[in-house]
Amino acid sequence: MKVLVPVKRVPDTAGEKKIDPNDNTVDRESVESVLCPVNEFAIEEAVRLKESHDAEVTVLLVGPESAQPIVRKALSYGLDAGLQVTDDAIAGSDALGTARVIAKALEEQEFDLVLFGNQSTDARTCLVPAAVAELLGLPSLTYARHLEIDGGSVTVHREHEEGWDVVTSQLPAVVSVVEAINEPRYPSFKGIMAAKSKPLDVRSLADLGVEPEQVGANGATATMYEFKDRPPKEAGTIVEDDGTGAAAAQLADWMTEKKFV
Amino acid sequence: MHTLPEEHRHLLELVRGFATTDVAPQADGYERAHEFPRPLFDQLAAMDLTGLPFGAAVGGSELPYRVYLMVVEELSRASLALGMGLSVHTLATWAIDSYATPEQRQLLVPDLVAGRALGAYALSEPGAGSDAASITTRARRDGDVYLLTGTKAWVTHGGVADRYLVMARTGAADAGGISAFVVDADQPGMTVAEPESKMGLWSSPTAQLILDDAPVPADRLLGDVEGQGFRVGMASLDGGRLGIAACAVGLAQAALDVAVGYAREREQFGRPIGDFQGVSFLLADMATRTEAARALYRSAAERRDHASGVGPHAGTPGAGTGYPTTIPSAMAKLAATDAAMQTTTDAVQVLGGAGYTTDYPVERYLREAKVLQILEGTNQIQRMLIGRQLTAPRA
Ligand SMILES: Cc1cc2nc3c(=O)[nH]c(=O)nc-3n(C[C@H](O)[C@H](O)[C@H](O)COP(=O)(O)OP(=O)(O)OC[C@H]3O[C@@H](n4cnc5c(N)ncnc54)[C@H](O)[C@@H]3O)c2cc1C
Repeated sequence: MKVLVPVKRVPDTAGEKKIDPNDNTVDRESVESVLCPVNEFAIEEAVRLKESHDAEVTVLLVGPESAQPIVRKALSYGLDAGLQVTDDAIAGSDALGTARVIAKALEEQEFDLVLFGNQSTDARTCLVPAAVAELLGLPSLTYARHLEIDGGSVTVHREHEEGWDVVTSQLPAVVSVVEAINEPRYPSFKGIMAAKSKPLDVRSLADLGVEPEQVGANGATATMYEFKDRPPKEAGTIVEDDGTGAAAAQLADWMTEKKFV
Repeated sequence: MHTLPEEHRHLLELVRGFATTDVAPQADGYERAHEFPRPLFDQLAAMDLTGLPFGAAVGGSELPYRVYLMVVEELSRASLALGMGLSVHTLATWAIDSYATPEQRQLLVPDLVAGRALGAYALSEPGAGSDAASITTRARRDGDVYLLTGTKAWVTHGGVADRYLVMARTGAADAGGISAFVVDADQPGMTVAEPESKMGLWSSPTAQLILDDAPVPADRLLGDVEGQGFRVGMASLDGGRLGIAACAVGLAQAALDVAVGYAREREQFGRPIGDFQGVSFLLADMATRTEAARALYRSAAERRDHASGVGPHAGTPGAGTGYPTTIPSAMAKLAATDAAMQTTTDAVQVLGGAGYTTDYPVERYLREAKVLQILEGTNQIQRMLIGRQLTAPRA
């Protein structure tokens, strides 16, 4: 079977992120870029499909040339090939714009399964996987915490607040995974070395037949007008136990007031 | 790290991620349980980290020794038992890989390099420590086997290793009468004693091997020649001691990290204690000593890589001629382990009473540093080697 794993370059989750006031996007220079940690779960699932189903896995990244190390990083987990879509016109794309590029890139590929992380750690919209499925007219199975392939179908446990639903669809399909799905392993050193010589195809928007106006800041349906720093943390309420039990009542009142109970 | 080639940088990032996320949080638990962290070693194996300096023919990554040592340092910063575990494993594997016959190499080395088998090195005996040439364990040829009888002492990984390099006497009562054997853990006639009850390094088991007419197949005589065991033992220590130096630097760095963090937080007399010169000078000396030790082991490793013809100096004059690097190794081991002892002791001092409790790891670091001044040749023996060379008659 053939699997595609779209991955994203994000600012280091642990780092302090800054917005560039010139174009209201994340300042990529201010913090180290990493492979989005949620993608590691999709990659691990793909590696397991390699082991169980002999899957051939291609990693797809939409992003500038400087993001190539992220493709290599993804390949270091033992994936087979890379596909990068790079074009200056892509900068500033919103979720739909990104989804358009990914969908176009996927149209050219043969695949049975697309494995997304359910969200990226910078934008956290959770929109792209479903949008890609919609654009491709494929079944969308999101928030998977368990995945099984059986012949020509895929079954996932779709996570929600009260538990999960069991959802099955025919392949090809688009799946997004949540972090509960597995425990990603580390790449191996030999995997890191081998990643350097894996095939990597680089395409432009023109190659894919995407109109530049449909993507990037100009094609974005959402516009950021303004941003502010997060307000400083206010001191919390301190409830002191004076031994009379009044503290318990105070805590209960506070929780009711904040609508926790 | 910024001067390293990209692939080495990626390797060290991989190791650092693993060390901080997986190893460090578990190190103390394994220590208290007195249990070797085999699952962590197995993870090293899964990441291809157990055979970094070995040849591709046996499954290794052919990395310079210098880079392998940086991995040992990084691991030791999180867990000395694991970092030293890799170092001792490499010591045994190197000896076998370097002196085996082609058939033995094929049979015995690949699973050590892949980390499926854990290696150990058994030279010392109850009566033969610093004077290692005086071992009395005997190996007597009997048809297709050698019968080994005697007690090997202080064996790191004793009881948890899969393969032991055992030195035993096949000939005269001198260094030339010693041979090396590769003995599997399930060797009939060999038992492992209760592990030693030690001051520290509890998750690295140290135990005696008791050999009682153990019939070791004759094809396990390393290199298929008698009498080269002492040479094997000493030559492998040249690399092993660099490993111990890297362990010591990792340990010193760990102690320094804790001390610096504490000195910035802890306030007395209305100021962080790090503001007091008495404390900041202590920290400055700890940092400088650690960095000096790091530079020394890395430059010694560069000489070793030059001697073996790998790394950036390949092709320069003298490269690959295999000249001995015993003295740089001894110097690095001596300086780095003394630095670790001093630095861990000072770290306890910086933390005051807290440093003397098990609430902080520095008391453990201090106990662990002590053993590094003893094993793979005490620091007196390192000084003896260095001094002997300085005062040797000139040719
Ligand atoms: C935790 C641990 C792990 C070990 N792991 C291994 C292992 O895996 N394999 C292995 O083979 N061995 C191992 N050893 C053994 C270690 O190498 C020996 O302990 C060491 O070589 C010293 O020998 P000894 O303990 O018999 O001390 P001794 O040789 O009895 O020395 C006692 C003291 O006398 C000093 N001394 C001795 N001779 C001289 C001299 N000529 N000049 C000046 N001072 C001298 C020593 O420096 C020391 O201070 C380990 C030891 C420990 C504690």
